[in-house]
Amino acid sequence: MPETRKLSYGEAANAALRRALDDWPEVLVYGEDVGVPGGVFGVSKGLRKQFGDRVFDTPISESAILGSAVGAAMFGRRPVVEIMWTDFFLVALDQVVNQAANVRYVSEGRLTAPLTIRTQQGTAPGSCAQHSQSLEAFFLHTPGIRVCMPVTAQDAHDLLLSSIACDDPVVVIENRTLYHGGKQEVSVGGPVAPIGGLRVRRPGTTATAVTWGSISQQVLVAAETLASEDHDVEVLETPWLDPFPWDEVLASVARTRRLVVTHEANRTGGFGAEVLARVAEAGIELAAPPVRVAVPDLRLPAAPGLAAAVVPAAGDVADALRRVTTTG
Amino acid sequence: MTEPETATDTMLRDLRGLWRIRLLEEKIRDLRLNGDIVGSVHLCIGQEAGPVGACSVLEPADALFATYRGHGWALARGVPAAGILAELLGRSTGVNGGRGGSAHFSAPEHGFHGENSIVGGGAPLAVGAALAGRFDGTGRVALCVFGDGAMNQGSVHESMNFAAAFDLPVVFVCENNEYSELTPIRDMVRNDVLAERARAYGILGERIDGNDPAVVRDRVGDAVQSAREGGGPVLLELMTARLVGHYIGDAEQYRRPGELERLAETEPIARLRRALRSASVDETAIAAAHAEAAREIEAAAQEAAAAPPAGTDAVRRHVHA
Ligand SMILES: Cc1ncc(C[n+]2csc(CCOP(=O)(O)OP(=O)(O)O)c2C)c(N)n1
Ligand SMILES: [Mg+2]
Repeated sequence: MPETRKLSYGEAANAALRRALDDWPEVLVYGEDVGVPGGVFGVSKGLRKQFGDRVFDTPISESAILGSAVGAAMFGRRPVVEIMWTDFFLVALDQVVNQAANVRYVSEGRLTAPLTIRTQQGTAPGSCAQHSQSLEAFFLHTPGIRVCMPVTAQDAHDLLLSSIACDDPVVVIENRTLYHGGKQEVSVGGPVAPIGGLRVRRPGTTATAVTWGSISQQVLVAAETLASEDHDVEVLETPWLDPFPWDEVLASVARTRRLVVTHEANRTGGFGAEVLARVAEAGIELAAPPVRVAVPDLRLPAAPGLAAAVVPAAGDVADALRRVTTTG
Repeated sequence: MTEPETATDTMLRDLRGLWRIRLLEEKIRDLRLNGDIVGSVHLCIGQEAGPVGACSVLEPADALFATYRGHGWALARGVPAAGILAELLGRSTGVNGGRGGSAHFSAPEHGFHGENSIVGGGAPLAVGAALAGRFDGTGRVALCVFGDGAMNQGSVHESMNFAAAFDLPVVFVCENNEYSELTPIRDMVRNDVLAERARAYGILGERIDGNDPAVVRDRVGDAVQSAREGGGPVLLELMTARLVGHYIGDAEQYRRPGELERLAETEPIARLRRALRSASVDETAIAAAHAEAAREIEAAAQEAAAAPPAGTDAVRRHVHA
C-alpha cells in the first residue's frame, strides 16, 4: 500500500533495502560494516536486527565481496552488496568487468547475475584523491552492467528497488554528501518501476542542460540564474545512465539546439563526451557549440580551497549556459 | 664523545616520542573539532609505541609506507610537525601543499613514502621499494604498515608472497588494534593470530606487544637487520589499541563494556610512566618529556596556522611530467 513518509536520502535507501528484504526472500545485504554497525553512513541501520543472517559484515575483501555476490546471484540469490567508496572498486574491478558482465552473455542467457552493488562517490570537502573520484564512465564502458545515480530521496528509494528487481548486475552510485540532507516526502510501498527513465527537473525552451549525480543540484541553481536573465533552460537529470534515455535527450536537444552537459567526473572519457557524440551522430544541427562542464583532467587535491578551484560550481554551469544561449 | 645512553635515558626519549605523537594527534583533533581542519581524520592515539619503536631502527635510505592513520609514523620518521599540521590545514607550507590532506600525504625527503587511503594499497609499493633497492645498490629495507583489517585484502597477500618468493627486504608491520573501522577483526577471521599467516608464505611471523616502544624497537630491529642481510620479509603483528574512534565522530558502539577503562591502563604512555616511576626516575624528568613535546607541537601549530592557505595557481601542475 503506497504511503508518503518524510525521509532523508539515506533513510530512503534504507527503506528500499528493508522492503526488498521483506518482499524477496532471495535478497542478501552485505559488505564492510554493513551488518551490525548498520553501514558507515547508516544506510543499512536496523536491517541486521530485523533480518538476521541475510544482512552481514564482511572482511575488507572487495574481490570476495563482489565475486561472491556474482556467484550467489548465479545460484538464485539476489545480493545487494556495498562498496563503501567507488574508489575501492578499483581493487576488485575484475569481478565486475570480467565476471559479472559476462555471465549472461557468454552463457547465452542460461546463467544470470541479478546483483546490485551500492556505492557512493564524489568530492566532499577535505576528501583526498583516493576518496573523491567519480567513476561512472568505467561502468558505462562495460556493456552488461546497468548504472544509476540517484540524487533525490525518492530516487534513492525507487532506483535501488528497481535495481534489486532487475535481472542484471546494477551499480547504484549514491553520494555521501546527500545521505544526511533534509528530509523529503518519499512515496514508499508502491509498485516497483522497471529500470530506466529520466527526470525533467525544469522544462525549458532555450537550451538543454543534461546532468547526473549530485552536481545536478548546481545545474538547477544555474538554470534559475539563467531564468532571471530571461533564458529558459530545460534541465534533464538522467539518474539512469544505463539504460540512457537517448530518445528523450536527443528530442530535447533537437528542439532547443543548444546543449550543456555537466558531470563531476573528469572531462576526458567522461560520459558527457558520449552525449555530445550521439547528438552529432544524430545529425542535430546546433545553434552554438555544445559545452561540457566537468572536473578538468586532474587528480583531486584534498584541501577544500584547492578542490573548489577545480570542481565546477553553479557559477561555472551558468557561464556555460550563457555561452550556449548567447552564441549563434 | 657522547656518553652511551642509559636504559632510563632511552625510556625518557621514548616517552618524549610518544608524547610528541599524542600531542600532535590531540592538536589535530582540536583543530578538526573546531572546523579548522576539514574532512575525515584518523588518529593513532594509543598506538604511538609502534612508530616510536620502529622508526628508531630505520636508516635514512629505508622506505616507509603507512596508512591514513599515519600522522604518528610521519612524525616519528622525522617529518616536521609544522609540515604535517600545515598539510592538514590546507596551507601552502604543508608537506604536499594541501594536496594530500590528513589521509594521503607523503614526505620522501624524510623517508616517509606516504600514507595510503586504500586499505592494503601500500603493501605492493613497499615490495617495489625493496625491489628497487636490490638494483640501486642501497640495500634499502621497506617497512610497510597496515592494520589488522588489511590482512584480508588481496594486495597484502600478494605482496607477502611476492616479497617472500624473491627474498625481498620488506618488514610488514600489522598494527592489530582489534578493529577494522567498526567491525572487530575476531569476527572476520577464523584464526585471529594474524602473524601465523607468515608460516604459509614461508616467512618469519611474530605477534608482539605493540604498546611498548622497547619491544617494538627490539623486534623490528631484528626484522630489519635480517631483511637487510638477505633473510627476506618478516611479518610482525603489533598488538595495540586505539583509544579514540576510527574517525572523528565515530560513536564507538562496538566497544565492549569497560573496554576504554581497561585500555587506559595498558596504553603506551601510562605504561612507560609507570615503568619510569618503578625505576625511580625523577618526576621532573618525566614531566620534562611531556613539556618538551608540548613546546614543540605548540610551536608547530603556531607556525602552521601562520602560513597562507595553499594557493590555487599551481593546482593544475604535476599531473604529468
Ligand atoms: C580497499 C578499501 N576498502 C575499504 C576501505 C574503507 N576503510 C578505510 S579504513 C578501513 C578499516 C581498516 O582497518 P584496519 O586495516 O584494521 O586499520 P585501522 O583503521 O584499524 O588502522 C576500511 C574498511 C578502504 N579505504 N579501502
Ligand atoms: Mg584495525
